Amino acid sequence: MTRAEAAPAAPARAAKRRSGQWAAWAFLAPVVIYLIAFYAYPLYRNLDLSLRHYTVRSFVQGDAPFSGLDNYRTVVDNATFWPEFLHTVAFTGVSLVFQFSIGMALAVFFAQNFRLSATLRALFLVPWLLPLIVSASTWSWMLNSDSGVVNFALRSVGIDPVNWLTSPSWALTSVIIANVWIGIPFNLVVLYSGLQSIPSEIYEAAALDGANGWQRFWRVTFPLLRPVSAITLLLGLVYTLKVFDIIWIMTKGGPTDASTTFATWSYKLSFGTLVPQFGPGAAVGNLLIIMALIFGLLYIRMQRKQVS
Amino acid sequence: MTLPRRGLRAIAALSIAVCLSAACSNADSSSPEGASSGGTYNIWDPYPQFDDSSDWVKLLTKCGTDAGVTVKRTGYDTTDLTNKALLAAQQGNSPDVLIVDNPVVSTLAEAGVLNTTDATAGIEPNLLAAGQQDGKTYGIPIGANTLALYYNKKVLDAAKVDPATVKDWASLTAALEKVKAAGKKGITFSAIGTEEGSFQFLPWFWGSGAQLTQLDSAQGVAALTLWTDWLKNGLAPNSVLNNTQTTSWQEFATGDYAFSENGTWQLANAKKAGFEYGIIPIPSQAGGTAPAPTGGEFVTTPVQTDTKRYDTTAKLVACLSSADNALTTDTTLSYVAATAAVQDKQVAANPDLKVWVEAVKAAKGRTSDNLGTKYPKISEPLWTAFQSALSGGKSPADALKAAQTTAASATK
Repeated sequence: MTRAEAAPAAPARAAKRRSGQWAAWAFLAPVVIYLIAFYAYPLYRNLDLSLRHYTVRSFVQGDAPFSGLDNYRTVVDNATFWPEFLHTVAFTGVSLVFQFSIGMALAVFFAQNFRLSATLRALFLVPWLLPLIVSASTWSWMLNSDSGVVNFALRSVGIDPVNWLTSPSWALTSVIIANVWIGIPFNLVVLYSGLQSIPSEIYEAAALDGANGWQRFWRVTFPLLRPVSAITLLLGLVYTLKVFDIIWIMTKGGPTDASTTFATWSYKLSFGTLVPQFGPGAAVGNLLIIMALIFGLLYIRMQRKQVS
Repeated sequence: MTLPRRGLRAIAALSIAVCLSAACSNADSSSPEGASSGGTYNIWDPYPQFDDSSDWVKLLTKCGTDAGVTVKRTGYDTTDLTNKALLAAQQGNSPDVLIVDNPVVSTLAEAGVLNTTDATAGIEPNLLAAGQQDGKTYGIPIGANTLALYYNKKVLDAAKVDPATVKDWASLTAALEKVKAAGKKGITFSAIGTEEGSFQFLPWFWGSGAQLTQLDSAQGVAALTLWTDWLKNGLAPNSVLNNTQTTSWQEFATGDYAFSENGTWQLANAKKAGFEYGIIPIPSQAGGTAPAPTGGEFVTTPVQTDTKRYDTTAKLVACLSSADNALTTDTTLSYVAATAAVQDKQVAANPDLKVWVEAVKAAKGRTSDNLGTKYPKISEPLWTAFQSALSGGKSPADALKAAQTTAASATK
C-alpha cells in the first residue's frame, strides 16, 4: 500500500494517495469478496443454523429462536452418537493406514524405474480418474450378496458367501475397502514425487556403508519423506473424514446405522427424511469441521517443531 | 482520522461488490414482463425426464397460452424439490404452481408455504387425504400410483403355482416355497433404509391391520416377521436390504424371480422384460387387497406476496386437472387418475390398468389420518426397525419396540 511513501500533506499528494488507496482496495476486493462469499458466510450460516431451533416453518420465515447448544446436546445425547463417532474414527483411521502404507509400498516399488513402470503407474491412477458415482456403484454391484462377482468367486473356491453390504458386521468393512482402493492413487502420486526429491547420493552412501534394502528404507527414505508423509496424511484425513458419496451410494449408511459416519449422518439429518432437521444436521457438520481443525493445528505445530 | 475512514470505504466497497456478486438488484423475476399480456408464471415439477418436446411440457405451455400468460417450467429431481421449495419460500420467490410428491405436501403446508384449495370435486377421498391436514386441503392429486405384485408367468408355471390362488399371506408364502422347491427364486422388494423402504413395507404393515401410531402392535410384528422369515428361509434374497425399487426390479427382470413388489411406473419396463408377466394386488394377512401407500404428486399453489397472481394461477391449476388433460398427463406418467370418471376412461383404453385402479382404490396416503408431518418421524424409526430385523441385529418384536419408543418421543 501507499503508506511507505506517504509524505507531509501537499494537497496533490493527498489526492494521489487517496486514489492509490482506492486502487489498493479494488485489487483487494476480489479476494476478500471471494473469501467472504464462499468461506466466511457459509461457515457463519452453518454455525448459525446449528445454534437455532429450526422447524420447517421457522426456516421459511427466518424467525427460528436462538437455542444455544441445544442442537449439539440433542446430537450427543442421541443413542447413535458414540457408535457413529467410532464408525467415523474407524473409517478414517483404517482407510488412512491402508491407503498410506499401500501407497508408500507402491511408490517405493515404482521409484525403481523398471520397464513398463510408467504404464503400470498410470494404471494405478484409474481409481482416481473415475467419477465417484461410477466407482461406488461398481463396488456396490461387485459386493452384492446374491449376484455380486465377489461372492461368486468365494462360492467357486468353496468359501461361504458374505453379505458384504447388508450385514451389520461387514458393511463398514466393505465401504472401507472401497475407500482404500479409491485413496491409494493419491498417496502413490504424492509419495512418489516426494521420493524423486531424495538425492541418490544418500542411497549410494548408505549402500557403501553396507545398509540393506530394508535399512535403506527405514533409515533413509522414511525419515527424509517425513514432511511429505505428514502433508499426505493430513490431506488424506480431511478427505476421508468428509467422505460421503461412497458410503451413501453403497449402503446409505445401513443396514440400520452400521456404516453411518458423521458425514452421512449430517446429510441424513438435513436432507434424508421428508422433514429436514437443519439444526442437528449443521451441528454434526460443525463437529466434523472441528475434528479436521484439530488435526490441522496438530500438523502446524509439528511443522513448527521441525523448523526450530 | 484516516483509519476509520478507510474502514468505512472498505465497507462501502465490499457491500457494493457483494451486492454485485449476489445480484441484489430489485428486479423481481416473477413480475410481469409484458412479453405476453399476462406476464410469466413459474411452474416447478419433479419430472426432469421430460423435455420441451414432451406431452407434459406441451400441456403446460398450452394451459399458459389459454390463460393468457407465458409459462416458465423447471423440472427438478424429486428428492431435491422439497429443499428447493423451502429455500425458495425463504427467499420469497416461490413458483406459482408447484407439483410435489404427496408426502411432502404436509411438510410444506406446515411451513406455511402453501395456499389451501377447494377445487376438489370428484377426486377420490383416499387420494386427497394425503394433502389434507386439520380439515384443510393443500393441493390436488395429479394422479396416483401404488404398489402391486408383478409375477413371472413362466416361473410360476414351472412351479405349478396358479397366481389366482394367492389370496393372503399364507398362500403367498406357500407359493414362494413351491417356487423355491422348483429351483427358482421367490420374491424381490426394496427394504432399503430410506423412505423408499418404508413405502414398500407399508402394504404388509397395513395389510396386517397395524397402525402407524402403534408400530410395535402384534399385527406390526406379524408383518415384519413375514419379511424376516422370507429372508431367513431363502424365499427373498438378502440383497433386498440394499435394494432400491429400481435394483429390485432389475433382479426381477433377470427372469429368475417369481414375484416383485413394484409400482405402476414399471409397466413400460415390464413389457420390455422379454417374459410373460401378470399383476396381482398385494394380499393382506387375512385375505383381500392390502392397503398400499399412494405415490404420485400433488398440484399445489405456493403463497405469493402479489395476491393478484392467484386468479391466473387458479386457471392454470384448473387446466392441469381438467378431465381431458388429466388423462393425457396420467398416460404420460403411467399413473392412475385421481377421479373415478377418468379412471374408467383409462381402463377402457387399457384393460391392463384394471388391477392398478383397484389397488389405487384400496390405497392410503402415508400422511393421511391427520398424521401430516408426524409421518416422517414415524417412517424413519420404521425403516430402522425393518433394517435391523432383516439384517439379523434384532428380533422383529424388539426392533419394533425400539422404533415405537423413538417414534413416540419424536412425535410427542
